[in-house]
Amino acid sequence: MNKKMLSLPYLFWSIAFILIPLGMIFFYGFTDKTGAFTLENILAISQAEHMKALWLSILLSLISTIICLALAYPLGLILTSMEVNQNGFIIVLFILPMWMNFLLRTLAWQTLLEKTGVINGILSFLHLPSLNIINTPYAIVLGMVYNFLPFMVLPIYNSLAKIDRNVINAAKDLGAGNLYILKRIILPLSFPGIVSGITMVFVPALTTFVISTLLGGSKILLIGNVIEQEFTQASNWYLGSGLSIVLMVFIIINMVLSAIFDKDGEGGLL
Amino acid sequence: MNKELINLNHISKSFDGQMVLDALCLSIHENEFLTLLGPSGCGKTTTLRIIGGFETPDKGQVIFDNQDITTLPPNKRQLNTVFQKYALFTHMSIAENIAFGLRVKNKSNAYIQDKIKYALKLVNLDGYENRKPDSLSGGQQQRIAIARAIVNEPKVLLLDEPLGALDLKLRQDMQYELIRLKNELGITFIYVTHDQEEALTMSDTIVVMNQGYIQQIGTPETIYNEPENAFVADFIGDSNIISSIMVRDKLVEILGVKFDCVDTGFGEGRPVDVVIRPEDVELVKPEESGLNGIVTDIIFKGVHYEMCVMANGFEWIVHSTKMSPVNSTVGIKVDPFNIQIMNKPESEDEEAVKTDE
Repeated sequence: MNKKMLSLPYLFWSIAFILIPLGMIFFYGFTDKTGAFTLENILAISQAEHMKALWLSILLSLISTIICLALAYPLGLILTSMEVNQNGFIIVLFILPMWMNFLLRTLAWQTLLEKTGVINGILSFLHLPSLNIINTPYAIVLGMVYNFLPFMVLPIYNSLAKIDRNVINAAKDLGAGNLYILKRIILPLSFPGIVSGITMVFVPALTTFVISTLLGGSKILLIGNVIEQEFTQASNWYLGSGLSIVLMVFIIINMVLSAIFDKDGEGGLL
Repeated sequence: MNKELINLNHISKSFDGQMVLDALCLSIHENEFLTLLGPSGCGKTTTLRIIGGFETPDKGQVIFDNQDITTLPPNKRQLNTVFQKYALFTHMSIAENIAFGLRVKNKSNAYIQDKIKYALKLVNLDGYENRKPDSLSGGQQQRIAIARAIVNEPKVLLLDEPLGALDLKLRQDMQYELIRLKNELGITFIYVTHDQEEALTMSDTIVVMNQGYIQQIGTPETIYNEPENAFVADFIGDSNIISSIMVRDKLVEILGVKFDCVDTGFGEGRPVDVVIRPEDVELVKPEESGLNGIVTDIIFKGVHYEMCVMANGFEWIVHSTKMSPVNSTVGIKVDPFNIQIMNKPESEDEEAVKTDE
C-alpha cells in the first residue's frame, strides 16, 4: 500500500502532463471545427507545402545525425583510450554548453553567422571571402549539430566505455589488427550506443522549429515550423494536431527501431 | 628437461615510479606447466602480460624460440591468453567466438568448422555452437575461453587466474581438466594464481614471487618440502617458522632444545629459521620429549584436528588425526628429516607474510 502511495505523484504527473495533452492532440487531430470526426487534418500532410517541409525536415535531420555520428564516434574512441582523469574533463567540455539555455545558444550562432556578424568580421579583417550561410539550410544543420552533438557523444561514449579492455586484448591476442577489432568487436558492441545516439539526435532535430526560425530565417520552413505556425499564427489547432500526429508516426518508427537494436537499454544516456 | 622456449632476461617494469618487477630472469620449457604464484601485487600478472605482449618491459628482453619478441604486439605472437574474467565476445555465438582467431588468419570454412567441433569436444561442451556466451555458466564460459585460445594451436597458453571466479568444486574439476588438456595438447602452460593449492595440484614447476622478485623456483614437492626462505614456507601452506640456532651440522637448537636434523653447511652457532610443517609435528607423552607444551586450542578440520600448542613461548600449529584435549600437556617430537633449515631473510620480500593480511 505504502509503495503504491509513493507512485501517486508520478501517476498524477503522467496523467496531467502526458496522457491528457496527448489525448487532446488526438482529439483535435481527428476532428474538424464542428467537432465531427475527420481524417482531413491527417491527410493534409500530402499537400505540397507540407510534404516539402516534411521532406526537408527529414533530410536536414538525417544529415545532422550523420554528421553528429561522424564527429561523436571517433571522439568516443579517443576518449575511451585515454586516462580516466583526462576524459572526465573533456566530457565536461562537451556537456558544458548544455548548461546554457538552448535558445541563447542558438541566438549566439545567429549573431556569429550574421552577414555583419562576428565570423564575417574576422574573415573580412583577414581579407578572406565572407561566409554567407545564415538563413540557409547549412546554418540549420550547423545549429542542429551544435545543439544535439552531446546527445550523440554521451550514449556512444558510455557504450564504448563499457567494453571490457580485456575483450579488446583478447581479440588482439587472437591475432586481430586494430581495424579488424574496430569492425568486428568495438563497432558491434557499441551498436546500442549508436542507435541510442541516433534517436536522441534525430528526434529533436526532426521536430525543432527554434533552430530553423533563428538560423533559417522565415524562408525555410521545416515541419516543426509549419506545426508551430498552425498553433500560434493560424490558430488552427485541428490542422496543427493532425500534422503533429503524422510527425509522431516518424518518431515512433524511430523509437521502435532503436528498441529493437538496443534490447537491454544498454545505450541509455545514464 | 625439454627445450627452452621462453626466456625472460632481466625484465624490469615499474608503474608510476613503483617498481613491480626488478631484473626478473626466468626460463620456461616446452610442454611445461609453469605456475607463477604469489600474493596480489607480487608482479605475477605483470610478468604474464609482458609475455603476452600487453605490457612492454622498461628493461630486459623477452626471448621466444630464440627470437627477441620484447616489442612485438600481441597479435603477432605465437601464444594465446585465457583472461581472468573470460573476456568472451558477448555479441557472437560460441562457434563465432572460437572461430575468431581462425577467421583473422583467413582459414577455410571447412577447417574452421572442424576446429570448432574439435575444440568443443576437447572442453566437453559439444553441441554448444549456437549458444550465446551469456547463457553459459562461469565454468562453461571459461572452458569456451580456453577453447577459443587453443584452436589457434599456440605454442604457449597463458592463463591469468582463470579459475578465480569459480566456486570450489568447479575449480577442482577445472584443475583436472587443465592438466588433461595440457597432456593432450602437449603445449606449454603459463599459469598465474595466488592459490597455493591450485599451484601444487597442477604445476610441473612453481615460481613463487613476492614484491617483484622470484623467491624460489622448483617442483611442487621441492617448494613445499624445502622452502628456501620464510616467505615461501609461509605462503605455501601452514608452517611453524621458528627462529633458531644452528649448533653444528645436523644439530639445531629450537626454543632452547636441541633437535637432530639432516641439513649441513650452515656453519656453527649461526642464527637460522626453521620450518616445520604442522603435519610433521608429532604429539607424544611429555616424558618422551625434551620440549613440552600445553594445548591451547583445537579445531576439527575434517581430515585432521588443528591444534595450537604453546611450548617455550612459541605457539605451534599441529595437524594430527589424534586429538589431544585443551589444557593437556604434550611433548613435541619432530623427525629429523622434517626439519627444514633456512637462512634468515636478507630483505623484506623474503620475510614471512604477516598473519593479519
